[in-house]
Amino acid sequence: MIGESMYQELILEHYKHPQGRGLREPYDAEVHHVNPTCGDEITLRVKVGDAGKILDVSYEGQGCSISQAAASVLHELATGSTVEETLSVVDEFTRLMQGRGQVEADEEVLGDAVAFAGVAKFPARVKCALLSWMAYKDAVVRSAQ
Amino acid sequence: MTSNSFDVEKIRKDFPVFSRELPDGRPLVYLDSGNSSQKPNQVIETMREHLALHYSNVGRAMHVLGAESTDAFEGARDKVAGFIGAPSRDEVIFTKNASEALNLLAYSFGNPANTDPRFTIGPGDEIVISEMEHHSNIVPWQLLAQRTGATLKWFGVTDEGRLDYDPDVISERTKIVSIAHQSNVLGTVNPVAAVAARAHEVGALIALDASQSVPHHPVDVSALGADFVAFTGHKMVGPSGIGVLWGRAGLLEAMPPFLGGGEMIEAVWMDRSTYAPIPHKFEAGTPPIVEAIGLGAAVDYLAEIGLDAIEAHERTLTAYALEALREVPGLRVIGPETLEQRGGTVSFTLEGIHPHDVGQILDDRFGVAVRVGHHCARPLHLRFGIPATTRASFYLYTTTGEIDALVRGLHHVQKVFA
Repeated sequence: MIGESMYQELILEHYKHPQGRGLREPYDAEVHHVNPTCGDEITLRVKVGDAGKILDVSYEGQGCSISQAAASVLHELATGSTVEETLSVVDEFTRLMQGRGQVEADEEVLGDAVAFAGVAKFPARVKCALLSWMAYKDAVVRSAQ
Repeated sequence: MTSNSFDVEKIRKDFPVFSRELPDGRPLVYLDSGNSSQKPNQVIETMREHLALHYSNVGRAMHVLGAESTDAFEGARDKVAGFIGAPSRDEVIFTKNASEALNLLAYSFGNPANTDPRFTIGPGDEIVISEMEHHSNIVPWQLLAQRTGATLKWFGVTDEGRLDYDPDVISERTKIVSIAHQSNVLGTVNPVAAVAARAHEVGALIALDASQSVPHHPVDVSALGADFVAFTGHKMVGPSGIGVLWGRAGLLEAMPPFLGGGEMIEAVWMDRSTYAPIPHKFEAGTPPIVEAIGLGAAVDYLAEIGLDAIEAHERTLTAYALEALREVPGLRVIGPETLEQRGGTVSFTLEGIHPHDVGQILDDRFGVAVRVGHHCARPLHLRFGIPATTRASFYLYTTTGEIDALVRGLHHVQKVFA
């Protein structure tokens, strides 16, 4: 029953009670990413303040519990951190997700996002977990332009 | 179990996959036959034996193996022709799948090499499809409209999941109507006779995507009223890589070739060619030989059990499933909730739970294989305002016990997300 362990309590909690959901002003960049194979989509905005501090990550989207919970966790982790810090979290999260379940997660870096470790064993679902995180990375790059 | 003459347990013994277990000892509950069906020993053995003992290229080799391979390949065409009631074996064109069959047909229109008025098309002319089509019966027609400037029109779908048939969608400008015989999402069987009569009244041609009907119902192309019928082998206990376009001989003869290459020619000069008669005009290159032979074995297998019996079995299963699913709170069937003009495919949504989560837990916990997503029918899902559905689809080997397993699984899914 490895698949069911994918649905960690923390993921279900974020799915049922998403943090920071909704698109807000002001923002520096807005992106829209879709997963064409399953139709999941997300619109995500970032607002970056002085010294590269992330003031807000706001989003709206639709999709499975994994994709929606990942956006909620991202919001919590990113808001209040610096661009540099969050990009290293994105890199670690990506490494974990693409590790086919063979990669040991760095809980220090990932915090709550470590709950998604079980998703990495399901190649078909990795895209779900990464959707909002890739959108965030894209938005941060655009906000600096 | 579902009828006196239909022994589903005996049938299941023909399918080796049902003797396996999934990891962790879960039994396999295969409710994804609308996607692709499982294969009986009769098909597997026929293909294995041909590969092992009779294999050679077809239609050109002057030796024993060449003759045996050609006989088996062309014999498969005879079997398929008989299975669908084709007036002539030459009307059965082997393609790689139903998508290729529909593309072959779409590319026959508006080809500058063609002069037959039935296949000319341009600005002002119309192509008619429906909102319930699989992408393979939408995109080829969009491409045709883009190439030629013709207008793409479509029938809508009612809230109940029936074709919203308005004869006026078909006009004097319509050149081709192409609709599903049975919807791969809704299970709806469309009123082909009425649509075909209307198409012919205005001088248009009509094609059917019969990928979901030929495997499950007795289909007689000479009685359907359609001019073209496309279907695929892998959904009817045959292998993947082989599909069929059936068309009326006079039309196929009038159509320009689709793919050029070996076997489809009569004579070739450096600057021009003449083409082989049908069916070979449309079969360029070495065909999927063993796959065609496998499809021949598949139709033998289905015919021996009888399509009437298979249809009746699936009808019983569908009635059982619609009744059982009604017990699941928050479940909404997308498609007809009565048995009238409907096949054994049931799609649904569960309130508050995304189909990908439903499918993952059904598979992981109960070994229940369903399809989740838009099932290559995104416009239909947009019509119902939903991104995706969960689809259970039945076949001759499906049991009511498997539907019980699905329902138990759905209750569990709801517990996880409660």
